[in-house]
Amino acid sequence: MKPASFRYYAPQNVDEAVALLGEHAGEDGHILAGGQSLVPMMALRLARPGALIDINQIASFAEIICESGWLAIGPCVRHAAFHKSVVDNPLGTLLSDVAKHIAHYPIRTRGTFCGSLAHADPSSEWCLVAAALGAEIHARNISATRIINAVDFFSGAMVTTLKPDEMIVSVHLPLLPADSVFGFAEFSRRAGDFAMAAALTVYRLEDGRIADARLAVGGAEEDPRRIAQAEAILNGALPGTEIFREASKAAAAAIDPITDVQTNSHFRRKLVHTICERALARTVSRDG
Amino acid sequence: MDSFDIILNINGSDHAVSVEPRRTLADVIREDCGLTGTHTGCEHGVCGACTVIIDGEPMRSCLMLGVQAAGKSIRTVEGLADGDALHPLQEAFKDEHALQCGFCTPGFLMLAIAALERDSNISDEALNELLSSNLCRCTGYANIISAVRKFRDAGK
Repeated sequence: MKPASFRYYAPQNVDEAVALLGEHAGEDGHILAGGQSLVPMMALRLARPGALIDINQIASFAEIICESGWLAIGPCVRHAAFHKSVVDNPLGTLLSDVAKHIAHYPIRTRGTFCGSLAHADPSSEWCLVAAALGAEIHARNISATRIINAVDFFSGAMVTTLKPDEMIVSVHLPLLPADSVFGFAEFSRRAGDFAMAAALTVYRLEDGRIADARLAVGGAEEDPRRIAQAEAILNGALPGTEIFREASKAAAAAIDPITDVQTNSHFRRKLVHTICERALARTVSRDG
Repeated sequence: MDSFDIILNINGSDHAVSVEPRRTLADVIREDCGLTGTHTGCEHGVCGACTVIIDGEPMRSCLMLGVQAAGKSIRTVEGLADGDALHPLQEAFKDEHALQCGFCTPGFLMLAIAALERDSNISDEALNELLSSNLCRCTGYANIISAVRKFRDAGK
């Protein structure tokens, strides 16, 4: 239950960090931000990085910046930073609502938003948010910065399209139209445990009818993703129990469920149906 | 691997230690600084027995490396009592029978104190959610909740 040996570096700026990562990528060098997933994996010897590049001393990495219609989240922004709304926009309320579902308080004080994306656990709440809202992941190595769309970022359970020498330098989320409504729901067997299914929906109303519908499911497949079949049912419809049920049924039918010792695909589909209905119900009532 | 010479400030006292980077803060506090009140249970972030307060926030000391805590203000269970006088939350734990074996107690104490320092009027519901962070295998949750509520209400 003790991590294996590794080289430890604590760079003071982003240039040093990407240079170190480039230098150690070949020996499984990793970025250490919050460490709330990486350190337990090291303790269990599931991960044995040759080098850790601790980015916690890079002051600018703890910033959240809002400009040009996007919220840019730095790599050392903790989950707890979102407990209160970080921006006067429905996105701020959405992030605050979702943050409270992540693990437990003493984990949220240390774990980071960008680290969750890099770790890419299928049940991660932030990965679901990134997929639902169309996040842009800014990744950098020694020679260049590139922008990866969320839809191209997740590549199977705990796998991303980041290259070994690339680190996330920020994740950008689009601000939502001011009249957006959202609903989030997840199911886990114990408080703070990994979600077995989670859903996030966002839409607007035009003349009382649903427009720009997004419905994404996490924890049920290897990657979180938007479910086009469910969104098609929602768009143009009047919000209500019947249409929510129909869209949830479509989402449950569309997924390719993960199965494990606890669940079979039938159970996981039923869970997705229920969790989508709950998320959709919360768009019309916070108590739903 | 090389060791790092660091100074850890624990309960207001500096401890000069030399640590390998792979060693967790929990182990450094216990083995190098000799403060064994912080307990290690699961050592992978699930049980919360090793919870300490770092710069005012409760954190799992098994999920932080010792080298990462240099320069930070660390508070452990040893900093609660004033000589033989227990901290009021420790008294409340005693009064409410909130411990049996006592293994989880230091973690619960530090978790609750950090949260109450942040919000002294924390609601019952928020307190239940907070205390779900840590495990007690003597199944003493109801009494732990009572003790923390008693301490909170005494401060009002």
